[in-house]
Amino acid sequence: MSDPGDNLPTSRPEGAPAAEVPERIAADLPDFGPDSYAPAPEGTDLVWLADEYGLFIGGEMVPSRSEQLAPTVNPATGETLATFSVGGVEDVDRAVLAAREAYEAHWRDTPGSVRARYLYRIARLLQERSREFAVLETLDGGKPIKESRDVDIPLAAAHFFHHAGWADKLDYAFAGATAGPLGVVGQVIPWNFPLLMAAWKLAPALAAGNTVVLKPAETTPLTALLLTEVLRDADLPPGVVNIVTGDGSTGAATVAHQGVDKVAFTGSTAVGKEIQRTLAGSGRRLTLELGGKAANIIFEDAALDQVTEGIVNGIYFNQGQVCCAGSRLLVQESVADVVISKLRRRMDSLLVGDPLDKNTDIGAINSAAQLRRISELVESGVQQGAELYQPSCALPEQGWFFPPTLFCDVSPSHRIAREEIFGPVLSVLTFRTSEEAVEKANNTPYGLSAGIWTEKGSRILWMAERMQAGVVWANTFNRFDPASPFGGYRESGFGREGGRQGLLPYLELQGSVR
Amino acid sequence: MAAKPAGRRHRPVSTVGFGTAGSRVWHVNTVATRAASLEVSERTGEHGALPELLMGLPITPTDAVGLTERAGALAKRSIKTAAKGAALTLAVRCMDLTTLEGADTEGRVLSLCAKALRSEPTDPAVPPVAAVCVYPELVGVAAGALAGTPVRVASVAGSFPAGLGPLGVRLTEISDAVAAGADEIDIVLNRSAFLAGRYRQAFDEVAASKEAAGRAHLKVILETGELGSYDAVRKASMLAMAAGADFIKTSTGKIGTSATLPVALCMAEAIRDFAEAAGRDVGLKVAGGIRTAKQSWQYLVVIAETLGPRWLHPDLFRIGASSLLNDVLLQLDRLNNGGYPRPDKTVV
Repeated sequence: MSDPGDNLPTSRPEGAPAAEVPERIAADLPDFGPDSYAPAPEGTDLVWLADEYGLFIGGEMVPSRSEQLAPTVNPATGETLATFSVGGVEDVDRAVLAAREAYEAHWRDTPGSVRARYLYRIARLLQERSREFAVLETLDGGKPIKESRDVDIPLAAAHFFHHAGWADKLDYAFAGATAGPLGVVGQVIPWNFPLLMAAWKLAPALAAGNTVVLKPAETTPLTALLLTEVLRDADLPPGVVNIVTGDGSTGAATVAHQGVDKVAFTGSTAVGKEIQRTLAGSGRRLTLELGGKAANIIFEDAALDQVTEGIVNGIYFNQGQVCCAGSRLLVQESVADVVISKLRRRMDSLLVGDPLDKNTDIGAINSAAQLRRISELVESGVQQGAELYQPSCALPEQGWFFPPTLFCDVSPSHRIAREEIFGPVLSVLTFRTSEEAVEKANNTPYGLSAGIWTEKGSRILWMAERMQAGVVWANTFNRFDPASPFGGYRESGFGREGGRQGLLPYLELQGSVR
Repeated sequence: MAAKPAGRRHRPVSTVGFGTAGSRVWHVNTVATRAASLEVSERTGEHGALPELLMGLPITPTDAVGLTERAGALAKRSIKTAAKGAALTLAVRCMDLTTLEGADTEGRVLSLCAKALRSEPTDPAVPPVAAVCVYPELVGVAAGALAGTPVRVASVAGSFPAGLGPLGVRLTEISDAVAAGADEIDIVLNRSAFLAGRYRQAFDEVAASKEAAGRAHLKVILETGELGSYDAVRKASMLAMAAGADFIKTSTGKIGTSATLPVALCMAEAIRDFAEAAGRDVGLKVAGGIRTAKQSWQYLVVIAETLGPRWLHPDLFRIGASSLLNDVLLQLDRLNNGGYPRPDKTVV
């Protein structure tokens, strides 16, 4: 084009860039991006581990009578971190006895305001030692440090804070009723959120005035054992909380013990059913938080870039080892291509590797057994004809890792669409109308959680009413808050944790119209 | 000429009839533009005009909570050692060293140009910045000082920062700045038209500015702090890109709210969608309130993980800043030599 400044005075001096400005700037630039982030490992020097751990009974660490020991392993390296005691029937008996004594001697008569004081102390001590807990959680369980640092430990502390507030207000929580404790509570927790699950179980039980026997998971006992230091530093009276580490047999002994008034279990549906059979007709109370196969439902009008983050957070958070993981993606057909292309692109930038590295998005699978199960189910997906996508990320040579995985062309009859995988594996199904979305979402024996993504408020409400799931997230996923009750329907269990509803399973209400 | 987006979509250019004409016919065309815009408004309604203008380009809604959360997660990336060195070098290389004060003088601009070329007199390894950004009045001074160097001259123009001068005056200001030696022109989006729903007017003005800028690269400032929502930021991004912007830019730095990570992320997502749909790579410039080295690499992380490391190039990414350079130099010095240098070591 002719220079529009022809008639204008110009101050462009001799030699100044003339009309031919290079289109591209030639630049020799350094690489910067997710593939070239320098290692940023969190230090482990804060964590002190004993070679061998006993059981926490009556306020003391005592050797196990079973004299059985088991190693706990760092899933990212395969190295043994420590050995812990596998509690036998006799050990569980001792622990229940200690809990019973503490309950009858003083804890049931301890005023709520005093119980609150202990809970507040525990919460504050957890916060003070949060980095130590986060590093240990990552070492023992394989989850990325950013998750244990930003989610597990802060939420665990938040649960103690929240329930400390309830402890002296139980009579006001349920109008017209007098609330009292149940007695001794037996709690069995899983390995995916070791400390957080301990907090979810302990905080409401203690706030309600019960004493506890807690059985941590076989592969992740260390943060629960570190918690015993916090309990002692908080001056919690001996016997109020007892921690009996061990394997499935220890859990079975805890559940079956006649001295336990209430059982709370979080874990697999198969074990949950077994526990229910054990307790049937015994009059002892039970809550179960079991598996899930959550639908994450994307409507065409949703904020698709935030949807992409929500999908990633829904299924790859904690390597997908989350009972409420959004493992079934239901996308409206009109946007399926866009969503999948955005998702694939996002998956390519996920950083898989050393869980202790502060930039790691996806860490190690918790155990060799779990890795086998995930691999086997992924294999079945391929064989049944679903289309597999995995980013070409290099996995560490040692330890148990699995790349983020996406299956397209999944039909509702495929195993990967029906069975809980408990790994970083997403199955995509499509739908055309809201009714079809509801039908497909509910087409599962589970009913723990669901996600709805749309910019239309009325559709959120319409969908939420029809979801057979205990938790329904709208335009977000995997959000937890101590004030919000969490729990399932159908094969995902019953009973709620968190909020006012979460107190109920630990209380006896008298003179009430429940 | 305005670059025509490649790919299956064609850019609506019906009202941009400047072609090779000189500056004197603009006023005539302005009337034509207004008439065309009225016609469109009557036909489609003012608010319906945007999708039509964008010819099916996606305007995906944005969820503020999710966006802020993602930006927060990216801000937490731990950038250490070699990665930090790379980030700091890139921050310098992608910087528009800016002075936009009423009190700017020839002397001030000359010293800024010297600093742009050789910001660390004792360390020749520190690269020059991308451009020096000044008011049109001082473009000649900067162009003289930077002639024959890799550092470009950028000028704000078009009644910066409000952008509400008469269109003819704005376009003349642009072409004058280019004539005076500006390689890049930073204009503002007409928020008055945009927020009132007169999308076609806002669109046409950007397109006309692109014509007026000719060979110079056009950066369109959205002034996101005035747009009121991320949805509006996304719409404005699409509108500016469709109208021919080479860069979209967050802020003027002249109002309270300047660049933020979520806003940069929102615009980067729009750029990604536009590149996919229209086949043209548009640059992103973040400006205003970026003062620390850490902030600068947080933006680099947002770009790298949203648009890909390819976008971390002065052709496609800029940081507009005045005081940032000194902190970046301080951190570079610390990284290379251990320990912080005396604060008076950096050149003012």
